[in-house]
Amino acid sequence: MPKVTLTSHLIHQAGLENFPQALSISGTTVRQTVDALCEQYPRLRGYLLDDQGALRQHVAAFVNGHVVRDKTTLAQPVGDDDELSLFQALSGG
Amino acid sequence: MAAVLWVSTRKGLLRWEQRGSTWELAQTSFLGQNVTLALPDPRDGAIYAALNLGHFGVKLHRSRDDGATWGELAVPVYPEGEQLVTGDGKPPVPANLKMIWELEAGAASQPGRLWCGTLPGGLFRSDDSGASWQLMRGLWDHPDRVKWFGGGYDTPGIHSICVDPRNPRRIQVGVSCGGAWTSDDDGATWRCTAAGMFAEYMPPELRGEPSIQDPHRLVQCPAAPDALWVQHHNGVFRSTDGAESWHEVPNVPPSVFGFAVAVHPRDPNTAWFVPAIKDETRVPVGGRLVVARTHDSGATFAELTNGLPGQNCFDLVYRHALDVDASGECLAMGSTTGNLWITADGGEHWNQLSSNLPPVHAVRFG
Repeated sequence: MPKVTLTSHLIHQAGLENFPQALSISGTTVRQTVDALCEQYPRLRGYLLDDQGALRQHVAAFVNGHVVRDKTTLAQPVGDDDELSLFQALSGG
Repeated sequence: MAAVLWVSTRKGLLRWEQRGSTWELAQTSFLGQNVTLALPDPRDGAIYAALNLGHFGVKLHRSRDDGATWGELAVPVYPEGEQLVTGDGKPPVPANLKMIWELEAGAASQPGRLWCGTLPGGLFRSDDSGASWQLMRGLWDHPDRVKWFGGGYDTPGIHSICVDPRNPRRIQVGVSCGGAWTSDDDGATWRCTAAGMFAEYMPPELRGEPSIQDPHRLVQCPAAPDALWVQHHNGVFRSTDGAESWHEVPNVPPSVFGFAVAVHPRDPNTAWFVPAIKDETRVPVGGRLVVARTHDSGATFAELTNGLPGQNCFDLVYRHALDVDASGECLAMGSTTGNLWITADGGEHWNQLSSNLPPVHAVRFG
């Protein structure tokens, strides 16, 4: 299963202080993995995704260090050995 | 119990308490976070705080212990597939919650009811104290809604909600830029009630079109709910017939432009404004901060300046950053440059509580 890591800012904002350093979540695409993550941690959904299900404008996703460019469908495949990182996009200096 | 003032700022929610004749900062919540407004619910003492986190979206929290602890609630969500179509030619975009721009409690007979105005223009209702929200489809799906467009923000937004104290099924809202709207059936159906307002930012043939007006703030006198005041982009307007018609109040000194208006809770003829220079600069006229007050429905005004900066002033008071308490004598206002003032005598004398705050979005007694 792909591993998911979250930026500490997001963990703090969403009140998930016990979130593990990396969490194995099932999924074969970024979308499936994010959906499974949000099912396990429902509060995360509104922090990661906008009303229409796209990744928020100022949230960035990386697979093995490469940015996910399609933030709407999140259709990019992920494999069992991949690491999905969900970060805040730098903004405001 | 001490009087309390909630001050929503770019860097947190501040609770000020009156202690004797002075006010003191008693508590800071959400330090470092952008708190866009707060609602003290007079029915049960709960405090609601709306946040706009730069990265992670709009959030809503509630406290039941005067701000000591907070719990996160649901926020209004635009249904899947909804598009934002506007009247200014921008291409349609997915409808996403951008900001909670207004939050009001229902009547005492409606425990749990909250009204929420948002950017980009959806009105939502909760009947379970914010646990869930319902988009008011009658307004969102109204054919004239596609004429709305953004004013100060990129999208239209609902910034004012008045619940008629005589009949809480009657709701009136102000929209920038979309006019004033009235529902008599708990928000199910709506009609535009902005006749008499005019828009100088539109071509002449559209100047009087009700559903493109830009009321910056709409307030209602609780003791005389048919009396409403609007601070509009192009002037001040007043209605005495429940928003069926509006007439211009042209002589507000030193200018008719501004964002904020407050009406006396028992005297519909008394109202306060904080004028500024419009479009080009948005600063006080002549660098001098003035509160304009009328006691006679706008026939005459007094310029209240005692305790306010008389020169080199850049303060702008936004639409939610002026409030009057239940007595009608105590007012507070906060500015974009982090000043906070309070008056105990209807504005005759202002006392500066701080000059070191973050930008102030909203102030509210309660």
